[in-house]
Amino acid sequence: MKTKPQIELRTTPHAHAPDDVVRIMRNVVYALLPIAGFAIWQFGLSVLALLITVTLSCLLTERFFNWMGSGYNSLGDWSATITGLLLALTLPPAFPLWMGAVAGFAAISLGKALFGGLGMNVLNPALVGRAFVQAAFPVAITTWTPAFFDGRFSQFAPSTLALPFLRPPSVDSWVELLQVDAFSGATPLALHKFEGIQTDTIDLLTGMTTGSAGETSALLILVCGLYLAFRRMLDWRIPLTVMGGVALTSVLLSLVDPEKAPDAIFMLFSGGLMLGAWFMASDMVGSPVTPLGVLIYGLLIGSLTVVIRVYGGLTEGVMYAILLGNAATPLIEQITQPRIFGQRANK
Amino acid sequence: MSLFNLFGRPSFNHGIHPPSNKTVTGKTPIRRLPFPGMLVIPLNQHIGKPAIPIVKKGEEVVRGQPIAKADGFVSVPIHAPATGRIKGIELMPTAQGRNAPSILLEVYEGATQEVLWGEEQTIGDMSDEALRQAIQNSGMVGLGGAAFPSHVKLTIPDDKSVDTLVVNGCECEPYLSCDHRMMLEHPRPLMRGIRYAMRATGTKQAVIGIEDNKMDAVETLRANLPRDGSISVEAVETKYPQGSEKMLIKSLLGREVPAGGIPAEIGVVVNNVGTLAALGQLLPKGEGLIERVITVAGPGVKHPGNYLVPLGTSIGFVLDQVGYEGSETEFILGGPMMGPAVSALDTPVTKGTSGLLVLNEPNIEAETLRIWPCIRCARCVDACPMHLNPSHLGLLAAKRKYETMAEEFHLNDCFECGSCSYVCPSNIPLVQYFRIAKAINREQAA
Repeated sequence: MKTKPQIELRTTPHAHAPDDVVRIMRNVVYALLPIAGFAIWQFGLSVLALLITVTLSCLLTERFFNWMGSGYNSLGDWSATITGLLLALTLPPAFPLWMGAVAGFAAISLGKALFGGLGMNVLNPALVGRAFVQAAFPVAITTWTPAFFDGRFSQFAPSTLALPFLRPPSVDSWVELLQVDAFSGATPLALHKFEGIQTDTIDLLTGMTTGSAGETSALLILVCGLYLAFRRMLDWRIPLTVMGGVALTSVLLSLVDPEKAPDAIFMLFSGGLMLGAWFMASDMVGSPVTPLGVLIYGLLIGSLTVVIRVYGGLTEGVMYAILLGNAATPLIEQITQPRIFGQRANK
Repeated sequence: MSLFNLFGRPSFNHGIHPPSNKTVTGKTPIRRLPFPGMLVIPLNQHIGKPAIPIVKKGEEVVRGQPIAKADGFVSVPIHAPATGRIKGIELMPTAQGRNAPSILLEVYEGATQEVLWGEEQTIGDMSDEALRQAIQNSGMVGLGGAAFPSHVKLTIPDDKSVDTLVVNGCECEPYLSCDHRMMLEHPRPLMRGIRYAMRATGTKQAVIGIEDNKMDAVETLRANLPRDGSISVEAVETKYPQGSEKMLIKSLLGREVPAGGIPAEIGVVVNNVGTLAALGQLLPKGEGLIERVITVAGPGVKHPGNYLVPLGTSIGFVLDQVGYEGSETEFILGGPMMGPAVSALDTPVTKGTSGLLVLNEPNIEAETLRIWPCIRCARCVDACPMHLNPSHLGLLAAKRKYETMAEEFHLNDCFECGSCSYVCPSNIPLVQYFRIAKAINREQAA
């Protein structure tokens, strides 16, 4: 006698694409790992400690707000891990660990939890964290240390282990001790802006420069970003339009103001532009969903970056450009609602 | 035409590519199932007014004999699928979920497969009016799933004129392959049916659109085209929902049906290949629609394939014939994207049933499937064939702003194809939200 099966009822559709939030987020983490690995190889132990500290800080903060709120454990969706990794990669390699922890707390609490958690944040949480420490610790966040020095895996930069709430020790004497040749303590963007020295494009691509931990190798970031784009876990239109905006604005500026004019290639591959375009501007939550909106958003971020870099007081403008783009997203979306199939002209 | 059309087969913008799962059934010829002991024939198998029964309890009927007549213009008659005795007219379960009046027909043991009713008619001698009447008399409805009476669809309103008949051979729903088999096995009746439809609508040209995963059907039909060039066959991109009227018209002709409008407004009328092939088979013989081909497939089916089934056969009988397994099972009438799940095995196969799918445990989504918040990934926006903004509609639905959804965000242009729910990485049941929103709006308007 055949047993009667239990009949299940579901609503349509009865099929579902394999991707879910966890899988997308996990793949972003995978894509960030080579960049993190390169940063550790380049700057050593300090960066490893920073990555761990910031990510842990983000996870603990997320868990704390879980506990305060719904009680649902949202660490499993990997989004806090992404925020932690991204944030650490945008910080200087010798950034004091306790400041990193503060940045992580600010990122999740101010950037995400206060808005209502995953999917609700207006601004990119990692950049909120960075903006917070940029305002709070302006010296520490512009203190650069050399790459590829001997013994980088066995020693911390003195500032890394600074005690909380105390002024971190200067790295100058330490850098001298290392006797790194031709290290000027400035990023390619600062060199360009203040000393008129143009860094070689090959060095920018391969990461033979200094800068924030994870921003140095444009080529590596491009490859990791393309991996995500090919797996369709990243909207390729966003990095493309951001880069297009940078190139376009650079070229336009060279017509208007040839003296200050930046070189488009240099603008594209220097500083945090690549990391920002591929991993932060493309953050799904903060970017528009409409196709036309994406175009406006990308161009806005690209052009703002160049304008801030060239005319602003700061050497780097990617962070504020993306935050402004995020803030403009609801407005952009409102004016770019898609024209529906067969929409009549008079409506 | 979009830029993409320059590089590939004709298509529409957006849409999705679910796994097609057609390889097994698409290669299996159509087979006939035996008569069950009892047929349950709902009076309302079509869109429009239910048919009026013209038989009484205890009456003997023969296969093919009319047992219910059309109630007005938007209605069709029903014919007895088998020789037997009427057991009564009772409320019985249907795929729509509510019980509906149905004729119960007890099939005689050893009843013949021969159709014992209907007179041969010469279509060429008929007036267009008489042709449309003959189509209504055959009880024909859209066999693609909509079950809209064919003669109504083929009657063009006086204030409109159509120039092209689009014949829909896309069969874009995964698993289904009954139209595919009809095209391969019955190309000549299909051509006849197309001619009838062209005459009834006064169109001078017809285009058959077939998804390019069925190139064998494209070639078979091309080999059977009439020499006068009035009918052509076009392969279109394999993409869901290519088989939706509006999408297929866009792909083949580049015309967009106005939002909220019908194809006749832009001079097109669309019919399904299965419908026209059946018309081509039935009209010359003057017979009615008493059986149809359904695809029985899915991971839970032991012998998947295409089966010719008498209308009114319960899906339980069909499944007993083909064999199925699974302790937790979901039965779907139609394709997996739009077909409703049914709650009872005595649900009958009706004119609009194109498939019967059995999904079992690993393939059924867990009831407790986590729904994450929308992460605004925009996949739904890029999938929606109507170019709506499902992401925003979903947010509005969560806030219960149903009127805003309809008034500002074109809710009523959604035809519930399920593409947005399919791609949503947060597992948000968007289509279900939209169905609820529409129902509430209807309720409040009433």
